[in-house]
This record gives sequence, C-alpha cells and structure tokens, in this order.
Amino acid sequence: MSKTYFDETHCAIGHPKSTFMQWMLTIDHKRIGLMYAAVMFTFFFIAVATAMAMRIELFAPGAQIMDGDTFNQAFTLHGVIMVFLFIIPGIPAIFGNIVMPLMIGAKDVSFPRLNWFTFWLYIFGCIIAVSSLWVGNGFADTGWTFYAPYSLNTGTNVIMTLVAAFVLGMASILTGLNFLVTIHRLRAPGMGFFKMPLFVWGIYATAWIQLLATPVVGITLVLAIMEKYFGIGIFDPSKGGDPVLFQHLFWIYSHPAVYLMILPAFGIMSEIIPVFSRREIFGYRTIALSSASIAGIGYIVWGHHLYTSGMADIAKVVFSFLTFFVAVPTGIKFYDWIATMYKGKIILSTPMLWALGTIVTFAIGGLTGVTIAMVGVDIHLQDTYYTVAHFHYAILGGVVFLLFAGMHYWFPLVTGKMYSETKAKIAFWMNFIGFNVLWFPMFIAGYYGMPRRYFDYLPEFEVYHQISFVGAVIFISGLLYMFYVLIQAWRKGEDAGLNPWNATTLEWHMPTSPPPLENHSKVPYVDFDPYEYENGKAKVEFDLETMKRID
Amino acid sequence: MGHEYVPEIAVDREGQEHKVQGWQDDLYGAKLGFWLFMFTEVLMFGAMFMALTYYFTLHHDDFLIASSSLNRVLGGTNTVVLLFSALTMGLGLLKMRHGDVKGAKLMIWATILLALVFLGIKAVEWTAEYHHGVFLGLDALQAGNEHSKPFGQILFFGMYFTMTGIHGFHIIIGIGIMLWLLKRINAGKVTPKHHILHFNIALYWDLVHLIWVFVFPYYYMIGAGLTGGAH
Repeated sequence: MSKTYFDETHCAIGHPKSTFMQWMLTIDHKRIGLMYAAVMFTFFFIAVATAMAMRIELFAPGAQIMDGDTFNQAFTLHGVIMVFLFIIPGIPAIFGNIVMPLMIGAKDVSFPRLNWFTFWLYIFGCIIAVSSLWVGNGFADTGWTFYAPYSLNTGTNVIMTLVAAFVLGMASILTGLNFLVTIHRLRAPGMGFFKMPLFVWGIYATAWIQLLATPVVGITLVLAIMEKYFGIGIFDPSKGGDPVLFQHLFWIYSHPAVYLMILPAFGIMSEIIPVFSRREIFGYRTIALSSASIAGIGYIVWGHHLYTSGMADIAKVVFSFLTFFVAVPTGIKFYDWIATMYKGKIILSTPMLWALGTIVTFAIGGLTGVTIAMVGVDIHLQDTYYTVAHFHYAILGGVVFLLFAGMHYWFPLVTGKMYSETKAKIAFWMNFIGFNVLWFPMFIAGYYGMPRRYFDYLPEFEVYHQISFVGAVIFISGLLYMFYVLIQAWRKGEDAGLNPWNATTLEWHMPTSPPPLENHSKVPYVDFDPYEYENGKAKVEFDLETMKRID
Repeated sequence: MGHEYVPEIAVDREGQEHKVQGWQDDLYGAKLGFWLFMFTEVLMFGAMFMALTYYFTLHHDDFLIASSSLNRVLGGTNTVVLLFSALTMGLGLLKMRHGDVKGAKLMIWATILLALVFLGIKAVEWTAEYHHGVFLGLDALQAGNEHSKPFGQILFFGMYFTMTGIHGFHIIIGIGIMLWLLKRINAGKVTPKHHILHFNIALYWDLVHLIWVFVFPYYYMIGAGLTGGAH
C-alpha cells in the first residue's frame, strides 16, 4: 500500500494525538460524513419536536399550548431546520461523502481539506440559525421562504436566519463543487460515466444544481439583508421595489432545490432495487440520463410557485406545461425500477422494504404534485393542506424515506455491525403506517379548504387534525424506535461481514468492515457494469487484497 | 508533509497497468474546481445584474438621472487601473511559467499596488458621495422623509453601493490571497513547475475585473448622455 501525502491521522492541520481532535480535524470523507449524520439527525429531531408541538396545538380549534405568533415562529423553525439544515445538505453530505468516493474507487474526494472546511462552515451556519432563537426579538416568523415584503417589515430576527441560510448555501456550493471534480477526476481506471453506480449519477446531477442554483438564492438573501438594514427598496413595494422579483429569484434556486433533494434519493433507490432483486438494473442509461434531465428541466419550472402572485397568463401556462415535463423522466425511473423487480429474486430485507414503501408514498406525492401543477386546480388548492400533504409525501415520503433506506442499506458498511432485521422491519411498518395516517387526511382537509400555516381552524376540520395527530404519534414512535434499534445494533450488534447484501458495487469490496482510512487496499480496474448479476448471484468477484477480479 | 506522493497503478485482467489519478497533484482537477467556483460568482453577480436590468425598465428616467450624477472621471480611471492590474497579473503568470520567479513576484506586487490604488479611488468616490448625502442609510436614500430621493434613484444608489461594495470586497480578498501567494512563492511551495495556485488566483483576478467591466457601463455610463455629469 503506497503511502500518501498525509500521515495516519488524516488531519487538515497538524498531527493531533487525541482521538477527539483527530475527528474534529479529519479530512477523511467517511468520518466527515458520519459527523454530518450526527449533526443532521440531531437537528432532524429538533424539527420533528417542533412539528409535534404544532400538531398538539392543532389538536382542537382555538389556542391549546401556544398563541398565533409562536405558531408562526414554530413553523418557520421547522421549515428552516428541515430544509436548510437537514434535507438540502442531507443525502449528499452524509452518503455522498461516505459512499460516493468508495463507489468510484477513489481514496478521498478531490479537495479533502475543502471538505473539512465545508463541514465547519455548515456547523457555523447551523450555529447562526439556531442562535437567532435567543438573540434579538425571537426567531423569524416568516416561513422558510422569507417572502418580501413581510420579511422586511417583521420585527423578528430575520437577518440572522438569512445570514445562516447564506452560509449554509455556501457550504452547499462547495460540497457540490468538490463532488463534481471528484466524479470527473477520481473515477477508477476503466470506469466511464456509464459504468458508474447510479447513486453516483444522482450525486453528480445534484452537484450541478448545488453549484448553479445556490448562488442566486445566496445573493437574493444578501439583497434582502441590504433592504432590511438600509431600506434600498429592492423588494418592498412601498419603496418602489417589486416583491414578486424576490419570489422569482428565490424559487429559481429553491425549486431546483427540491430536485437537489430527490435526485440523490432516487440514486439510493437505484442501488437498492437491483441488489435486492438480484437482477441487473433495467434501463441503466435511461435512469442515468433521466437524473440529468430532471436536473435540467427542474431549472425552468420555478414559476409554478407564483401562479397566484401576479404573473402573465401565458407565463403561467408555459410554466404549467414545463412542470408536467418533469414527471416524464421521473416516470421513466419508476418504470425502470419496477421492470428491474419483474422476474427478479426479490429479498424483502429492511432497505428493500423502505424502498418499496417509497414507491407507494412518492407516487402519491409526485402525482398530487402534477395536479397542483395545473394552473386552475392550483388556484383552488394553493396554500392549503393539500399542498402541505403533497410536499410531505414527496419530500418526507420520498427523500427522507430513501435516506432511511440508504441508512439501513449502508449501515453494515459504515459500522461493520448488523441490526436486527425483525426489529427494523417493525420500525418500518410503524413509520409507514404512521406516515400515511398523519398526512393522508390532510389531502382531504386541504381539498375542503383548510389553509396552511394557521394555528386555528373551523370546527369541521377537527376530525382530520385529530386523525393526523394519531398518525404523528405512531410516526414519531416509529422514528424513535428505528434509531433505537440502529444505535443498539451499533453498540452490540453482530458483525455484519464484508458484503452482507451480496451487492456488486465497489463500496462493498473493502478489505475490512468498516472500511479503513484510504479505502480500497488497491484501486481496482473497472471493466464491468455496476450491477452484474447472473442467476441471482453476483458475477464479479474480487481478491480484496490486490483488488483483481477472480471470477 | 511527510511522504512524497506516488501515483498508484491499477492492473486489469490482461495484466496491463493503468495509472490511477489521485486527489494529490491533480492539476486539471484544481483548474476544473476553480472554474466551477468562477461559475458561481458569475451567477451571483448575474442575478444582481438581472434585478438591475429589470428595475431599469421600471424606473428608467430615475436611473438615468442618478447615473448622471456619478463621477465618471474617477470611475473611468478605476476601470483603466483595474485593466492594467489584469495585465500585470497576466504577465506575472507568464513570467512564472517561463521560470522567472523574481519577475513574477514583481508583477504580483504591481497588481497589489494597482488594487490598492483602485480601493483608494473608490474610497475618495464614496467619501464624496457621503458628503453629498448619498450613502446607504442616509436620509436621501430612505423613503418617506423630506430629503428622500425618488424611488428609482434610491434603488439605483442602493444597488450601486451593494454591488460596488461586494466587488470591493472581492478586491480586498484578492489582495489577501495575492499576499498569501507571495508567501507561498517565498516558501518554495509555488514554483514554475507547480504554479496552480498562481494560475487560479490569476483566474480569480480576471473575474474581478470582468465584473467591473460590466459594473462600469451599467452604473456610470447609462446616464452619460444627460447634462450635469461629473462633479
């Protein structure tokens, strides 16, 4: 094994002795990914707790545990944490870091020190975001979208939240940049673009969005800060500005951002389905290219957030049709996954259960998205619980479910331990049932006109909120149980072995489990496709010491 | 940093050897990364130019009047200064490539000097504007008081200070990284054979003056046709 630039501690600065400092200064992509995971899941549970507080408030009409202003701050906190701190950076920062370099046979990302810096920039952004809870006049109450002019006039501490979003955006840009260069430069010899695992394709498409869309929202937030401090009138109509311009600039980023969330999640799905069907993926190229085209089309659909904000009718129609087009590559992916399973030897392990569950929930989330992409229907449904339910079916039932699927799939790789399949499956069913009981009634309530972001409602909506509450309790218990099962497994689970799922991609061909620093003992030569199965068995085998093929 | 980096070799089934690209010593990767970063800068300023263009159509006359009151002599001088600094930066990179480290250092110092001149002129300009009561946060640029300028002019000056301010911030960062580059050259870390840092900083500097080449006509020149120009 050739020695490299850095010593065995793999640190950005110096050669610290203590394990703690070695982690804090580490440039090893796997450790950075794990630290991201720890921080993000902490924030995830803070945001879940906020959501639960809102559910309790909504249990009955009238004020239960908080007043309207607090409720506004609660949903802003929930949105800001979930969107900026958890889901947008989520899968790329966690699994993009841990798994992507392993998958392409690289020793690390292209700029490991930048990766370290990015992590701490992210932490810095988190600190700013959270500290605005206690600094100034309380947390922002604008919703996570910071729409002008209200965000410019409210007395709450919007500026700090905007600064935080800007810093987090920069971290996101740098992550994307790092991954792009990594995927372009560090693939193992022989691995062309169409021999990359599909998760890498997902990360690749995502990285382009991170790079190209985030600067626009970054500067929009800076302009909003300038406006708030100096009153330069860019977005405030009472000063000659145009609030709709803010919405345009905001959604030019923030709509691609939802594809930024879902594309790596689709990548995880494309990893899990062939492995647990023991079949080569159906339509590899269509899945890879549909990721790229979703990223491309996703850029030109932002106007569907502005149907009711004042926009030319012709623009609405154009944006509506463009939005339908996004459903096409997404549909292609779904057909490919289902075709992969057809005649496959399906193994219902926990990751596969999560993936299959997502096919159900994301199909609902995606198709309801198509309905509200229609201008006429959206006039009726916008700003109702229907939209809320659509968004959560797509993002929670799509992105986060697949994040959990990936978490169960790569858990043995990262920890070297195996969790209890039975318990993990119970956790899945609690989550799946709780999720549907929680969100499905909202489609109906929204259809009948329950507006979102209200802390009070008419008595006729009570039943839907109460069913949702029951769902929320089941769902949160499921979440807690799932993490309990995984943490127990990490602490005292059985050793998983090197390749418990009989997967074919490179990250499962490591000399040890969990993988050592510097990854593969030798870089393999890739002259095979990522998912080669024959008669239900993996075709490609390696000698793990020399990484030469022995099949 | 310990060990010399030796690229790894991967062997395929026929026994042929393939050189593996590591993240160390990846000249092309470093260039690619920095070009991508430049891309984000272009998008950031692009969004501001877009907003500016949009408001130019909304408040056409106010923009022209506000623009005509800017000091074109100082702005023009600054443009020339910045273009010259781009020249010195480019010459420095050429000298570095041809092995003339001393000449390269001289050129970097010249670039830093020109950047400081730019900032100095900018400071003179901003001070004068401040004394005219035109500055972020002053009454003239706040809506709804007796000194208020019209909406369009407030917007124009607001964007002017925001964008030239962010641009000036990039100049200051540029000076910082050029000083760092000099330190690296002196430490022998940047050499004619290994000058990617110099290359990328030159790229950055090109972007900085490129943005200014757009800022100058957008702010200083659109109102040049109106009387009452430089004062």
